[in-house]
Amino acid sequence: MLISFFLELKKFGVPVSIKEFLMLIEALQKRVAWGSMEDFYFLSRAALVKDEKHFDKFDMAFGAYFKGLEAVPALIAQIPEEWLKKLMEKNLTDEEKALVQSLGGWEKLMETLRQRLEEQKGRHQGGSKWIGTAGTSPFGAYGYNPEGVRIGQEGSRNRSAVKVWDQREYRNLDDSVELGTRNIKVALRRLRRFAREGAPDELDLDDTIRSTARNAGYLDLKMVPERHNAVKVLLFLDIGGSMDDHVKVCEELFSAARLEFKHLEYFYFHNFIYEAVWKDNRRRHTEKLATWQVMHTYGHDYKLIFVGDATMSPYEIAHAGGSVEHHNPEAGAVWMQRLTDIYPHAIWLNPQPEDRWGYYESIGLTRQLLGDRMFPLTLSGLEAGMKELTR
Amino acid sequence: MSRFTGTEDYIATEDLMMAVNAAIALERPLLVKGEPGTGKTMLAIEVAKALGRPLIQWHIKSTSKAQQGLYEYDAVSRLRDSQLGDPKVHDIANYIKKGPLWEAFEHDAPVVVLIDEIDKADIEFPNDLLRELDRMEFYVYELQKLVKANKRPTIIITSNNEKELPDAFLRRCFFHYIRFPDKETLERIVDVHYPGIKKALLREALEAFFEMREVPGLKKKPSTSEFLDWLKLLVAEDISEDTLRSRDQTKIIPPLHGALLKNEQDIHLFERLVFMSRRRQGN
Repeated sequence: MLISFFLELKKFGVPVSIKEFLMLIEALQKRVAWGSMEDFYFLSRAALVKDEKHFDKFDMAFGAYFKGLEAVPALIAQIPEEWLKKLMEKNLTDEEKALVQSLGGWEKLMETLRQRLEEQKGRHQGGSKWIGTAGTSPFGAYGYNPEGVRIGQEGSRNRSAVKVWDQREYRNLDDSVELGTRNIKVALRRLRRFAREGAPDELDLDDTIRSTARNAGYLDLKMVPERHNAVKVLLFLDIGGSMDDHVKVCEELFSAARLEFKHLEYFYFHNFIYEAVWKDNRRRHTEKLATWQVMHTYGHDYKLIFVGDATMSPYEIAHAGGSVEHHNPEAGAVWMQRLTDIYPHAIWLNPQPEDRWGYYESIGLTRQLLGDRMFPLTLSGLEAGMKELTR
Repeated sequence: MSRFTGTEDYIATEDLMMAVNAAIALERPLLVKGEPGTGKTMLAIEVAKALGRPLIQWHIKSTSKAQQGLYEYDAVSRLRDSQLGDPKVHDIANYIKKGPLWEAFEHDAPVVVLIDEIDKADIEFPNDLLRELDRMEFYVYELQKLVKANKRPTIIITSNNEKELPDAFLRRCFFHYIRFPDKETLERIVDVHYPGIKKALLREALEAFFEMREVPGLKKKPSTSEFLDWLKLLVAEDISEDTLRSRDQTKIIPPLHGALLKNEQDIHLFERLVFMSRRRQGN
């Protein structure tokens, strides 16, 4: 009987499985929740949703199913336009940007939204409704969803049952960044290299037998440390400028890498590697770390992964003083040479689609500097890159 | 069927009660997440108390292994004993140490098991417990024996979200996210912990506290348990509600803020913000 509810959840992108659905049915059979809509809401949420970031989607699906409420990712009217625009640029793909253009650009779009908001207010008197603009709305079509952005709802302080999911209190926990990371983690796992390190706490049977025999039969215990993934990684991330378009995929890579590697150090740079990198983007101008320092601190058994689009003017790589941000006494190419000399295992991951690489001279230069070890930031590219690093 | 409705020491919201009751009724594990200090660990203790069942606790550390929850075979001391000619050595059972899950499975009456901070352990830890939590049984290879739960225990698992948990594991659990309590709930919680507190002081303290939680960019927002500690201090130091009320004019930050803000960046940030708002008021 609840099959269509289940399918509705799937449609809204809540990751639900049949096992969980059966669990819910079983709970209903055992009368855990009975006769109350609110109880059913709490029960189904506990059984079907396993991460608070999906609560919001669940609430929307629940509302849609039980009330026929039109659900659309919401936009708030009071948010500064500049900010929205920024978010929009970050979150939309190229086709979607083109679509925005085809609708007459950003101004037009905001105008439309404003009009729609006006109409909306007229229709639902004082309620806390979402802009339900049906399938025709450009806002709905995008599925674009800046965090914590919602239409200002006039505080309906009604705490009655049906309102709970309508309020969608879990709004800002939604973080779709995680969606793709599982595949990335699996790809990164190729880089595992198991080694015994750390405190010896496992009995080494072979060695114990050998040394006991040598000890004239008197027991001589030998212990070994446990096997761990001992791969060491230095991650250099290009940030700002043209990389803004690739923030999402970089975040995915970053959060997956943080979980997968025990020895991971990460640094930021802008466009290309020069004499300094930094660890915190908020304090990039005050707390710089000399690239020499990095080279002196981390041994050559570390593996280097650069992430950047390498899309810039070729002068920024080849010439001293070519950097867009500061005067660099030595060319970026020199610094790259130094790094690859010290660290034999290095790759460059490029979020730009591979078929566009030929159009940028700077990409060609970077590839040359790295001995052709540049890979696209896609799953297959990542796998090829990890293979290269384990060679 | 026994139902959990909170206890005199623990205020449970309705959705929490539902999640706990579902886990009890279906004998499935319950995974509880939430900000640190919102009473995740307390929940297991209180559920055990409310149901009148014994509580078995298993606190997870970064070095914990799933196997330790079932049993450990102490090969080293057996080897040593064999050297010394101890007769104990002939029975391998002497060297099997039972873990918390084995103990729980052995009980004749259902118990409550707390697996605390499961996210602290290795990535593989939850995956290694799938069958044990699902079927509530495991095999002891050394003894060639299957240990099966007499009565399926109620298992409560807490996580601080430091690591993602695998999907296969999540599918086997009920899930509840303890939200930060709203003002009314928090008032009830305080009532339970400090019944004698002055209403005026409580109101002012609550105001100051929620204001502090609203400050954007705090590294660690103060939570329920920190608020309770702070109240205790306020009462002990006999701070009056007037001192609290006048917080943004005379004093930079609320008195005894050390109980609420736990690192120096947060304190600096907070001081700066208060300073700025004071300057604005001055103009």
